[in-house]
Amino acid sequence: MTEFSPRIVAFCCNWCSYVGADLAGTSRLKYPDNIRIMRVMCSGQVFPSYILKALELGADGVLVAGCHIGDCHYVSGNKKAQERVETLLRVMKTLGLDPRRVRLEWISASEGMKFASTVKEFVEEIKELGPNLLGVR
Amino acid sequence: MKQIIKRTKAYYCVECGKCSGSCPVARVNEGFSPRVIVERALSGMKGEIEGDRELWTCLTCEACTTKCPSTVKFSEFIRGMRSSAFNSGYTSRCSQGGLLHSIQRVQSYRDIVQNRLQWISDDLKTSTEGEVLYFTGCLPYFENLFSGFVNPLEIARSTVKILNKAGISPVVSPNERCCGHDLLWTGNVETFQKLARLNIEMIKESGASRIVTSCPECLRTLKLDYADFFEGTDIEIVHISEFISSLIKNNDIKLNRAGIMTYQDPCRLGRHMGIYDAPREVIKSMGELVEMNKNREESSCCGVSAWATCEGNSKLMQIERLIEAKSTGADMLVTSCPKCLIHFRCAVHNQIPVEKEKVDIPVVDLTVAACRALAGE
Repeated sequence: MTEFSPRIVAFCCNWCSYVGADLAGTSRLKYPDNIRIMRVMCSGQVFPSYILKALELGADGVLVAGCHIGDCHYVSGNKKAQERVETLLRVMKTLGLDPRRVRLEWISASEGMKFASTVKEFVEEIKELGPNLLGVR
Repeated sequence: MKQIIKRTKAYYCVECGKCSGSCPVARVNEGFSPRVIVERALSGMKGEIEGDRELWTCLTCEACTTKCPSTVKFSEFIRGMRSSAFNSGYTSRCSQGGLLHSIQRVQSYRDIVQNRLQWISDDLKTSTEGEVLYFTGCLPYFENLFSGFVNPLEIARSTVKILNKAGISPVVSPNERCCGHDLLWTGNVETFQKLARLNIEMIKESGASRIVTSCPECLRTLKLDYADFFEGTDIEIVHISEFISSLIKNNDIKLNRAGIMTYQDPCRLGRHMGIYDAPREVIKSMGELVEMNKNREESSCCGVSAWATCEGNSKLMQIERLIEAKSTGADMLVTSCPKCLIHFRCAVHNQIPVEKEKVDIPVVDLTVAACRALAGE
C-alpha cells in the first residue's frame, strides 16, 4: 500500500502569508507538496464555513495563515480570524472532529522559512492523524 | 414539477392573492410574491423558478396556507421546488455562510462520534435506556455558535430538570443526529434521509416509546416527515409545552408567578402542528398572558427559517415583531422555539435602525421560564 499523502488546504492572506509562501519558493526552500494554497485578501474573511466545508469535501487538514497580530493590513482582520477559528474549533469538538486538523498561524511576508517549516510540521502531524474520515464515504 | 403541483394542489390556485397579502416576507420585500411563484409554476416556467433567488426567501411559515381559499399547500410546494432546484445544482443562500448546514451534513456520517452531552451537569438525571427520550436537537451546536448573546443549552437543562421533577429520567443519546429539518427544507432530501435513518436507529436502540423535544422543528420533522421511516412502530412524540401543560393539569408541578408575558407562536408549532393552547396554558399558570395583535394563526414569523436567507428584510421582520411585543407592556416575550429565541436576540444584539429602547424586551424560552418558576426550587 502506498503511504498516506494528506491533502491540505491553506488559506493565505494576500499581504503577509501568501508573500511568505512566495518567498519560500523564490528562496528555493523545500516543503512537502501536500498543500493547496488559496489566496484570500485577509485571514479575517475565512469563515468557519469555508474550513468545515473543506474538511467535509475531504481535506485532511486546513491551514489558515495571516499577518501577525498588530500587523494586519486591515488593522484587525486577523483578530477576527482568531475568533472565527476558535468558534469553529468549539464546533469541531462537539462534532467529534479532531481540532488538530485545523491550524491558525501568523506568517509574515519575510518569514519564508517559517512558512516552509510550518507546512512540514503540519503535514507530519496530519500523517500521524491519518485520513479525514469525512473524505471516505 | 407537475407532480409537485399535483401533490400540493397548486392547480387549484385562483390567483386571488391572499397568500401575497398575508405573507410576512412580501410585506417587507417587494420582489417576493407567493402568488407569482405559483403562477409561474402553472405556466411551466420550471427553470425560472429554480434559478430565482426568491425561491429561498420563503419562510415556509404557512401564513399563506392557512389563508388560501383553494387549500394550496404553498410551503410544501416551495419545499418540492427547492429540492428540484437543489438537484439542478442551485443551493440556498445560507446564513452563517452555510456553516450550520455543513454541521448538519457532517452529522450524516455514520462513523462520527459526537461530544454532544457535555451540558449534562451532576444535578440532572438522565439514562441510556428507558421509556422517554429527550431529543435535544441542535442545541449543543447553537451553544457553540451563539453563546455570545443567548444560552441555548439552558433550554436543554431546563427540559431535563422539569422531566426529573415529574419523576422521569429521560434517555439522552450521544448518537443523536440533527433531525434534518433544515436540509429537508433547503432541498437536500438525500442527506435528510440519511440523518433520519440514523436517528430512527438510535431511537429504536434506546427502547423509548415516547419522545419529548424542546424544538418545534424537531417535533414537526419527527412526527410528520419521519412517519415513513418509523414503519408502524408506535412512538408518541410530544413537544415540551404539551408535556408541561399536562403536568400542570394533573397537579404534578406547580409554578410560581413570574410576571406579565406575551407569546410568540413559532410557525412549526402553531401553523404546522396546530399547537396553540398548550404553551398558553403553561404561561397562564405562571403569570398573566397579554396577546400581541398578531397571534395564533395570524402570528408573524421570527424572520428566518432553516438557516436560509438571513438579510436586511429578516431584521425588519424581527424588529417589527419585537416592537409589537414591547408595546403590549409585557415583562418578557416568551417563545417555545430555540431559533425564534436566537433570531430575536440576534436582532437586538446587532446594530438596528431603531432605538434600542423600542425593542429591548427580554426574550425567554418557555421551558426556561417554566423551570425558573418551578415552585420549591
